[in-house]
Order: sequence, then C-alpha cells, then structure tokens
Amino acid sequence: METTRQIYLDYQATTPCDPRVLEKMIPFFKEDFGNPHSRNHSYGWKAEEAVETARAQIARVLKADPREIIFTSGATEANNLALKGAAYFYRDQKTHLITTLTEHKCVLDTCRYLEQNGFQITYLPVLSNGLIDLEVLERAFTPQTGLVSIMAVNNEVGVIQPLSEIGALCRLKGALFHTDAAQAVGKIPLDVNAMNIDLLSLSGHKIYGPKGVGALYVRRKPRVRLEALIHGGGQERGFRSGTLPTPLCVGLGEACFIAEQEREGETERLNELRNRFLEKIHSSLADVYLNGDLEKRIPGNLNLSFAYVEGEGLMMGIKNLALSSGSACTSESLEPSYVLRALGVTEDLAHTSLRIGFGRFTTQAEMDEAAESIIKAVTRLREMSPLWEMAQMGVDIKSVTWAGH
Amino acid sequence: MSYSKQLIDHYENPRNVGSLDPKDMNVGTGLVGAPACGDVMKLQIRVTDDGVIADAKFKTFGCGSAIASSSYVTELLCGMTLTEATSIKNNAIAQHLALPPVKIHCSVLAEDAIKAAIQDYQNKQVESQR
Repeated sequence: METTRQIYLDYQATTPCDPRVLEKMIPFFKEDFGNPHSRNHSYGWKAEEAVETARAQIARVLKADPREIIFTSGATEANNLALKGAAYFYRDQKTHLITTLTEHKCVLDTCRYLEQNGFQITYLPVLSNGLIDLEVLERAFTPQTGLVSIMAVNNEVGVIQPLSEIGALCRLKGALFHTDAAQAVGKIPLDVNAMNIDLLSLSGHKIYGPKGVGALYVRRKPRVRLEALIHGGGQERGFRSGTLPTPLCVGLGEACFIAEQEREGETERLNELRNRFLEKIHSSLADVYLNGDLEKRIPGNLNLSFAYVEGEGLMMGIKNLALSSGSACTSESLEPSYVLRALGVTEDLAHTSLRIGFGRFTTQAEMDEAAESIIKAVTRLREMSPLWEMAQMGVDIKSVTWAGH
Repeated sequence: MSYSKQLIDHYENPRNVGSLDPKDMNVGTGLVGAPACGDVMKLQIRVTDDGVIADAKFKTFGCGSAIASSSYVTELLCGMTLTEATSIKNNAIAQHLALPPVKIHCSVLAEDAIKAAIQDYQNKQVESQR
C-alpha cells in the first residue's frame, strides 16, 4: 500500500468536499435530521427551509428561478432525466435528438437506449480542438429534432463548447437545448436565459460538494415538460419522487455558492499554475502534445500526450501522483479514450496521454513536484522506448508496417 | 491494479535495456506489437557460433507488464541455446511475474518477440550461406 500520500491531480474525476461545505451539512445529519417533506412539525420545516435555501443558491449560479431546480442523485441521473424525460414526453411530435461523440458515457449510453426504443440520434463529430462545428450542428437539424444535448465542458480535455451560439441555434430551430454542466459550474459563467438553455445538469462532487447529489435545471418559461423516471410521492414537482437528502442538498447549494463566489480569482490562480506547469514540461521534453483547445478550456485541466511513452507504463513511474491516463491499458477495455479518438488523436498518441486535473486545493509546490516527476519518468521511459529510438534515427513510425495484435 | 514484487522490480530496475547492431551477422532482431495497440517490443539477441545466446537487449514501449515481460525475457535468454529459447512459453513469463489476466497479452508479445528475434538470426545465417 501507499505509505506517502499521493498528490491528487484527478479533479475531473472528483473533487474533495470543501470543509466549509461539510460544516454546513453536518447539522442536518445530527440535530436537524427532519424530513423536508414533513409539514406538521418544526423538524420538517427546518429541513425544508434548508433545502429551499440550497435550491436558491443553485438557481443563482445559473441565473435561474429556484422553482426550476430539481434535485437528483447526481449528473448521471440528471442527464438521464433530461434526455429520456424530454424524449418520451414529446415523442408524438419529435423523435430526433442531436448530441456529440465526446459526451460523457451517461449521455451516450442514454442515447443508445433511446435509439433502441425508436428514436433517431445524430452524434456530431468534433473538430481537432474538441469543439463542435456550428455549421455541422445547423445541418444536423431536421423537422423532427426535439432535443440537442451538448456538454458545457468536456471531462477529459476540458474544452468549453460555445453554449450561447448553440442555444441560439436551438431556439431558432425549435428544439430544446440540454447541457451537461457537471464540469462547468464555478469554472465558466453560466446564464440559462442568455444562453437559451432549457435543461442543465450539474453534480455535487465535481464542484467540491458531496457525492450522491446533483440537480437538473428545467425551464419554466416557456415550460419544458418531462416524463418522470422515478415515481412515488410526487416530490420535486413530480419530476423526481423520493425524500430529499437534506444534508446533500445543503452541501450542493453551499458548493455552488462558493464555486461561483470564487470563480474569477480561482480561474486566475489556476491559469498561472497551468502556464507554469506547461512551461516546465515543454522546456524539458520534446514531442509533448496538448489534446483539446488551450484557449477555450477550463484552467484546471491539461490533457497531454507524451509521444513514444505508453500511458500506463508512465503512470507506474509517477506513483506519487494520482491522475488518469487516456491509455487503454488503465481500463479493462484495452481501447484508448473515445474522446481523444473523436478529436482525431491517432491511436498511438492516445495511448501516451495523461489527464492532469487540478483545482482549489492544488498548490504550486504540488504542481512543481508533478512536473518534475513526469519529466523524470518520461525521460527514463523514452530511453527504453523503441519508438523513441526510431524517431531519433529519423524513422517515421507511421511508415512502418506494424503487426497489429 | 496491484502488481507483484517481481514485476515492479523489473519495471523499476529493467535488465538489459539497450540495442545491439542490427546489421551484425550474429544479431537477431525481433520487433513486435504496434504503437496503435499500446505496446511495441524490440528484442535483440547475439548468438555465438555454437548457437548459444551470449547477450540479449530490449527496448519496449508499453505498460509496466510489457516492460517487465521483456526485461525478464532478456534475463532468461542469456546463456540459453536457440533450441531452449524457442521453447520459452508465455505461461512461464506470466507466472513468474504474476501478470493479472488482462495483461497476459504482454507475455504473449514477449514470446512472439523471442521467436521473431530467432527467426531474424536464422534468416541471416541462411542468406550468408547462399
């Protein structure tokens, strides 16, 4: 087992719960344990008040009305509810949905499910910088298009899609616009009205809140209707039955509040960390490629391909760092990241990628140590890489006939 | 994924990393795998005139299991006759390093690399006799 604590650089996978968030949550596990749906006593009222405060905090980040916020168990459920809920409610009028190849698995898998149930789905390609081509989106609309689902910020490469332009196009074409904003809250400004967003998913644990809670924004004017997935006591305006987990709701609200309050300062700080890190890497290592656009990107994400060094082999050499690789070998599937492939990253380079995710609690000393460790490991592994040797001798590895296996 | 001590040792202290002159008549080179698949092994052997492997070197692009498999193989090969080398099976490699099931292909690749290196050496001998 690990004897020393690893440096955490996997902020797109999850984030630590902010102590300020946890502190707000604790009373609702203890003395204020009431059921927010109990109408007959103070325990219930207190819990209800806390939940409604949280709902308002979430709404404020999105510039929405609190009545438009539905609590869910996380972004996966919010995405399922948005996609299946809208698809089924409007299925008599519209049966076509548009999404992208780089969405999170929970959107793609939900789309596959809808396809099996009679809906048509268009999976938009992305440009090599990870962004969609608005003209391609425009051409994908049909009179049957009821919903467009495009993520705000990609979880692997951190790129920010042009939400306002997509929203305007959807409004023009008469389709609903859903965005998975799990990675976006607290990182980019969001405004559901200015951006014409009809449905928006978010998650607690990606924004320094607790795991097990998320929310779906559902527009009231003009009213967006959804078929519920979970039936029961009719909580959350019938969209999502089940007793609300008061402490988690409170945590999500507080997490949203802090994330938005600190967004600008944090963006600046993380940009500095990122630039310093990139400078260190590039000054010591050749043939390192950034996957995804650098400018249209959240500051706490880097996805780098270290050519000629396989990702998992590299991860074994940087045991002091906790991060993810786009390489096949880290997953059971042995397939490299579908997101990187959608960006047109060749398979050999996809195998050499690391996702470096940093955030609120990452220090400059940690980033410096990470850069040093990576440089050391890449240098060592290149010395034992036949591909590096070939490249140094001027052999183009693409010109070699490889026996696939 | 948790790895065995032997595997980690070979990853951290790989034996016989390097290259032999591929044009040398006594050197056989095997290059197997593909960058797109995430592993490429280059294995080279130097064979004495009486058919014994005097030296083995490797370079590997791949995960820790692939690096360890090729490192272990070079250790095995030194001092073996070509006949003995041909009989090395991937199971033996996988067992020694306690490869997890999803990494068995790394040992298969190492076995392929041995065969390819021996083949290359033998081709050279046949050609030189012509």
